[in-house]
Amino acid sequence: MNIIKFLDEFTTDQLQAPMSSRRAMFGQLGNISKKAAMLAVPFGLATMGNKAQAQSSSDVTAVLNLALTLEYLEDEFYDLALQSGVLTTAKSQAIYAQIAKHESQHVTFLTSAIEAQGATPVAKPTFDFTVGGAFDPFMNNANTTQATAYAQLLALAQAFEDTGVRAYKGQAANLIGNDAVLTAALQIHSVEARHASEIRRLRGLEGWITGNQRGEGMPEATQAVYNGEENVTQGGVDVTTLGSGTPFSVDSSTQAYDEILTGDQAVEIASLFIVS
Amino acid sequence: MKMKKSIEVKTQTVGRNRRNFLKVSGLAIAGSGLLLASCSDDDDNGNMLGGGDFDLGSGDVGVLNYAYALEQLEAAFYTNVVNGSYYAGASVEEKAILLALYNHEVNHREWFKAAINANVPDANARLTADLEFDFSSVNFDNRDSVLGTAKVLEDTGVSAYNGAGQYIQTPLYLTLAGKIVSVEARHAAAIRSLISGSADFTAFAGDDIIDSNGLDLAASPEEVLSAAGGFFVTPFTYKNPKA
Repeated sequence: MNIIKFLDEFTTDQLQAPMSSRRAMFGQLGNISKKAAMLAVPFGLATMGNKAQAQSSSDVTAVLNLALTLEYLEDEFYDLALQSGVLTTAKSQAIYAQIAKHESQHVTFLTSAIEAQGATPVAKPTFDFTVGGAFDPFMNNANTTQATAYAQLLALAQAFEDTGVRAYKGQAANLIGNDAVLTAALQIHSVEARHASEIRRLRGLEGWITGNQRGEGMPEATQAVYNGEENVTQGGVDVTTLGSGTPFSVDSSTQAYDEILTGDQAVEIASLFIVS
Repeated sequence: MKMKKSIEVKTQTVGRNRRNFLKVSGLAIAGSGLLLASCSDDDDNGNMLGGGDFDLGSGDVGVLNYAYALEQLEAAFYTNVVNGSYYAGASVEEKAILLALYNHEVNHREWFKAAINANVPDANARLTADLEFDFSSVNFDNRDSVLGTAKVLEDTGVSAYNGAGQYIQTPLYLTLAGKIVSVEARHAAAIRSLISGSADFTAFAGDDIIDSNGLDLAASPEEVLSAAGGFFVTPFTYKNPKA
């Protein structure tokens, strides 16, 4: 099944079902993740593992193209957000503008980095941030209130940033031996983490992730972004056993370490928003 | 001199970041107990250091010890903050954030201790668990001083991990460093945002630290230890990070 047919099916299902509430809609969205897993992976990442030594240039290119795809997604999302009129406070506008600037810079930087490898950057996909009409973050529908659109705009931003952090982290080991590319990827990775922290705090959450909690107000569909964050075993050590007191509570022990997403997991999440 | 060579891997980035780094790290420049061998051009046996100062090592071991030193520093700082009942007038939000940072950094510190004990067979190659610090430049009852120091430490942590990733040879360790550095970056953003408030809503990832390619700080060990050295009392060196 290709992603267009998949989304068509989803949209048709929704049109036939009474739309009781946004919350129910988000509940329906939870099923997308399972369906998306069956989709063809658009990049050659499925076969990539973590290897110990310097990677071939094709592996490096695959990592950079995955990164570029995620940056395309974020870049377009923040641009549309800024144009939407949904952001009405100076604070939210300034934060989104700063993040938008970085995502745009990342697209340019990664495009150049891929070309420097003698490879071809992936084309920018066509995105659908409404996910077939389930969301309306840019308030395109007259029935959508600003408050609803704003909540979705913030929720999507949090999901994208927390996904970005995990996705970059998951690819770092594939860049061992390519010092310049690895360092640049780490430098983007921590910028995404700064973004994630700020968006989360703008939403009233803490800047870090506790357990596998997606956080209050986050649609169930975003749970895939947080699954696995409850891990407390780091390098074979249960970090809750390293001492006593609050630093070693389960909450602190999960907050203190962000977890990876594999390439497949990152693609699966991004695919929700990719039409073609 | 091997270290200088490794620094040149990212000369342009490091050069830019160094200026910014030193700018944001002004608080940390105080009387330094830390001695750096990396600037030495004729002294590979460390006798300029009074002989026998601990060297962090190279490759994975070096990075583990290096990160352990930085995590000990951060944990010691936040322990002082928390044990000192924070600063006068600290808000509920500020206390919650500083307590979380204390929790995370102490956890990180103990993880590195365990990882080093388990993976560095030569006990003499393990950094001491009892590094001494000098926080005399910090006024723990003053908001600006505490948050300003926290900002320096968190930004320094981010820049240090980003700069040292290239010295790690084992995928597991690189992934672990990644798991930690993004939490440090989350901390840095929160502290920066607390400091700037409504005066600058972009401070969480401000133009003073993120360059025109959208890249965060990445600093060499030499730069990190120069900037944060004012806090270290126990001398150590990091002569050859690259294995």
